[in-house]
Amino acid sequence: MAYSVNISQTDSDSESDFEDMGGSKPGQGTFRFIRESAASTQRCPESLQMDDFRGCTGANREDLPFTASGHMRDETLDTGQRKSLQRHHWSAATLKVLSSMPSRTAGINAVIPKYARDSSQQPQTSSHDSSHHSKPIQEETSAEEKQLVSNLRGLSVSEAMRKLRATPLSLADKMRVRRLAFRDVDESSFISRNIPCYRRLGVYISRTWSHCLFICLSVLTSLQLWHSPMKILSGRFGTGVLSYFLFLRTLLLFNLFLFTINGLFLVFPQAVNPPPHDPHSNNFTGLELLTGTGYLSQSVMFYGFYTNTTLTTCRAANSNATNTADLPICDPHQPHMVPYSIPAAYLFTIAIAFFIICIILVMSKSFGRSFQVLKSNRDLAGNIFCIWDFKVSKNTSVRLQSEKISTQLKELMSELTSGEDAKSYTLRLCRLMVHVLAWVTCLISIVLSAMAVHYLSEACITQSPFKDTELVLPAVVSAINLLLPGLFNLCTWVENYDSPSVCVYVSIFRNLMLKVSIIGVLCFRWLGRIAVEPVNHGLQCWENCVGQELYRLLLMDFVFTVLYTFLGEFLWRLFFKQVLKRNRKPVFDIARNVLELIYGQTLTWLGVLFAPLLPAVQILKLFALFYMKKSSVLLNCQASRQPWRASQMTTLFVFLLFFPSYLGAAVSVIYTIWTIKPSTECGPFRNLTTMFHSGKLWVQQLESSNTLLFWLSKAYDFLVENPLFLFLVNGFFLIVIYVHSQVVDGQRRIVSQLQKQIENEGKDKKFLITNLQALYERSSLVSPNR
Amino acid sequence: MGNKQTIFTAQQLDSYQDCTYFTRKEILRLFDRYRDLAPQLVPLDYTCQPDVKLPYELIGSMPELKDNPFRQRIAEVFSDDGEGNMTLDDFLDMFSVMSEMAPRDLKAYYAFKIYDFNNDDFLCKSDLEKTLNKLTRNELTEDEVRMVCEKVIDESDLDNDGRLSLEDFQTMIVRAPDFLSTFHIRI
Repeated sequence: MAYSVNISQTDSDSESDFEDMGGSKPGQGTFRFIRESAASTQRCPESLQMDDFRGCTGANREDLPFTASGHMRDETLDTGQRKSLQRHHWSAATLKVLSSMPSRTAGINAVIPKYARDSSQQPQTSSHDSSHHSKPIQEETSAEEKQLVSNLRGLSVSEAMRKLRATPLSLADKMRVRRLAFRDVDESSFISRNIPCYRRLGVYISRTWSHCLFICLSVLTSLQLWHSPMKILSGRFGTGVLSYFLFLRTLLLFNLFLFTINGLFLVFPQAVNPPPHDPHSNNFTGLELLTGTGYLSQSVMFYGFYTNTTLTTCRAANSNATNTADLPICDPHQPHMVPYSIPAAYLFTIAIAFFIICIILVMSKSFGRSFQVLKSNRDLAGNIFCIWDFKVSKNTSVRLQSEKISTQLKELMSELTSGEDAKSYTLRLCRLMVHVLAWVTCLISIVLSAMAVHYLSEACITQSPFKDTELVLPAVVSAINLLLPGLFNLCTWVENYDSPSVCVYVSIFRNLMLKVSIIGVLCFRWLGRIAVEPVNHGLQCWENCVGQELYRLLLMDFVFTVLYTFLGEFLWRLFFKQVLKRNRKPVFDIARNVLELIYGQTLTWLGVLFAPLLPAVQILKLFALFYMKKSSVLLNCQASRQPWRASQMTTLFVFLLFFPSYLGAAVSVIYTIWTIKPSTECGPFRNLTTMFHSGKLWVQQLESSNTLLFWLSKAYDFLVENPLFLFLVNGFFLIVIYVHSQVVDGQRRIVSQLQKQIENEGKDKKFLITNLQALYERSSLVSPNR
Repeated sequence: MGNKQTIFTAQQLDSYQDCTYFTRKEILRLFDRYRDLAPQLVPLDYTCQPDVKLPYELIGSMPELKDNPFRQRIAEVFSDDGEGNMTLDDFLDMFSVMSEMAPRDLKAYYAFKIYDFNNDDFLCKSDLEKTLNKLTRNELTEDEVRMVCEKVIDESDLDNDGRLSLEDFQTMIVRAPDFLSTFHIRI
């Protein structure tokens, strides 16, 4: 054998055995050693390690030197040899046995191609035996690749590509494998392949479809908005701050989608056919942009602009309505535009947009991941290998990251060495009191602010003219949203939680409670007070009023965010630098800013029913917010010293976007559509009992005007209006959900059982190896020659 | 979609697209980045597959890698000769694996090789010590480093041989959800 392993050294360190290999590089030497030992155990069963243990095959348990709990049975071995039985001092023979275990050789076989090529290309400085051994390695390399090629050929093209991309080969090897595997696919034509003709069309369609999909995907990825600013931010601050800006971009895309749908199906048809203009609200001052009244209230922005007409290009022969008097009579033999009913369009556009957003949110990968069963990340090893953020590229940030890691490790080490702090009772009681006090303070402040908003809104309502105090309520709400989270942060700082992630979760929870309670109070104001008795408050068009209030809230929120960014971050930094002469910059509070974004998005979703162009306002606001926050962060903030679990936080934020934010908005919109009476003098739903009625009316209209759609409406009546059908569909979905949840439960149980099994196997292995080693030691002590 | 480029043949671009996680546009952009490192060495015509290798010093001077403590290991792992001198294929391979679309197992495999300083297919104690020292810029004392390494091996060594194999490493990575977001270089 070409390698020089000193088997007689049993008390030396195990690693030195590996470093003394021949003259070649340790990597290749070890590789050859492992390969050859595998080969040798296959080729010569009566090798060294097996001889010694032949005599022990009939041994029963009492002869084994170690018990299952690891205690030594036999006292014949002295302490020096006992040390050699510990894990780091296993002898070379034991290590040889270990390295030829099937789990080891199978794992290395998978990575052979790259390593084998390296070892075979190195100049062979050792004896001819090694060159003799390298040849079988090369032959096996091409055999491995042939295996891979044949595997790929058996799959469909897209599956094969996905598998090839995920294989750990170098790019040149991958391209060669690809050439080998798909040579036949590229060269052959349809005719020479044995595809039956009825499948040819399907194959052609699927190929063009995957081609189109690929082109669309590349177009979408090339539209990468804000790619370079994100790179600068991630280079300086890392993944945590980047996740805020990624979330902002996601919300922008949602709003863009809403805006496009609304614009195409709602705003554009109505804008092309505007209703008669009200002349006395034509004066335009700048304040109108902020309050949404006056000129804007008559514009396409708000609900009041939309009419309950049906847009047609011709009129029916027997109709004598005045508004269609100047249109030509419909000729049934000539194609004409399907009458476009604005109320039905309004209802269905909003409903379908909400439905599609629901599907996108639920199907998004981050949402699904948040429900996965993950063990908590308290192990050190995972921390060490996953802690370095490779995106960080700025010199100072890299240094900061190193400091952060060393601080974290030092804290972990001190925790380990000191063990559980034996806190005295008084200390624990003190901490409990502090926690209770902080929670009580926060809850009281939330209740007080909700009551303040409620009383203010009641006061605004009882004062009939709505004109004077329009901006007070939004200003108060935004001020509360700005100041109270600061109070919550102070409380968590006083409480001094042990783990930073608990701290973050607690402050997110408190902030969330505040926002949910405020939005709840406001919803009660709109849907419970204004909408129900609009005439009492002197309102002709309550939907317009609600839309305007939401518009004002959104804008005030933006104004206050600008103020906070300027005062909170810029002036704070100046204060620290000039007055206190310290170089500490404020830290960007990711959780608070993300919750602000979610709050703004909730307002948009609530308001889209009353102001269809509100997503456009939100888009402009998000654009401005991105650039403002980016410059503020780059100028005024520094990277945080606390670790930020980016992936867990992102799934939490997407979950929060879905659960209180989207669902709350969807529930209130559905409630409005289903139960609340629309105002009688404005909007597309005037003179109807509920907004939902317009859908039914439209269907009835369809029946009478167009026989082609008659069957569609009949199907709608039969299916959707039929409670039995709905019951059956719901029952089916519930059954599917139940089956899936049972499957997931079962899988979870299997996973935990397998984990236990792996632990037991590990213990078994350790037990066996220790006993083998001890027996070998004992027999080598007994036998005179080794 | 812009067939006007003359750097690669259509087959080459298709082949790159299939074997990496990049689109055509990104591959061309990466080629520009590669060429910017040494415009006099890298030809503008890759149709004849020239054998051009950029030395490690140039690769390590890229802004994305310049301050990364593991840049040398990254370059060594992805280069063909193991010294850090990279051809265009190695360059594309490196950024493809480090991009956000690469799956976790692929990233775990290469992360294992990066942290394996002595190239012996195992993360032994010396590898861990070197990793720790690079992570903390030698700020921990020797005792602390030793303690951390022992704890790491205790926790994740499933087959109890005193060092971490690829399987141990991959099992550990499965339990760490942050790995995908931190083992990522934006280019």
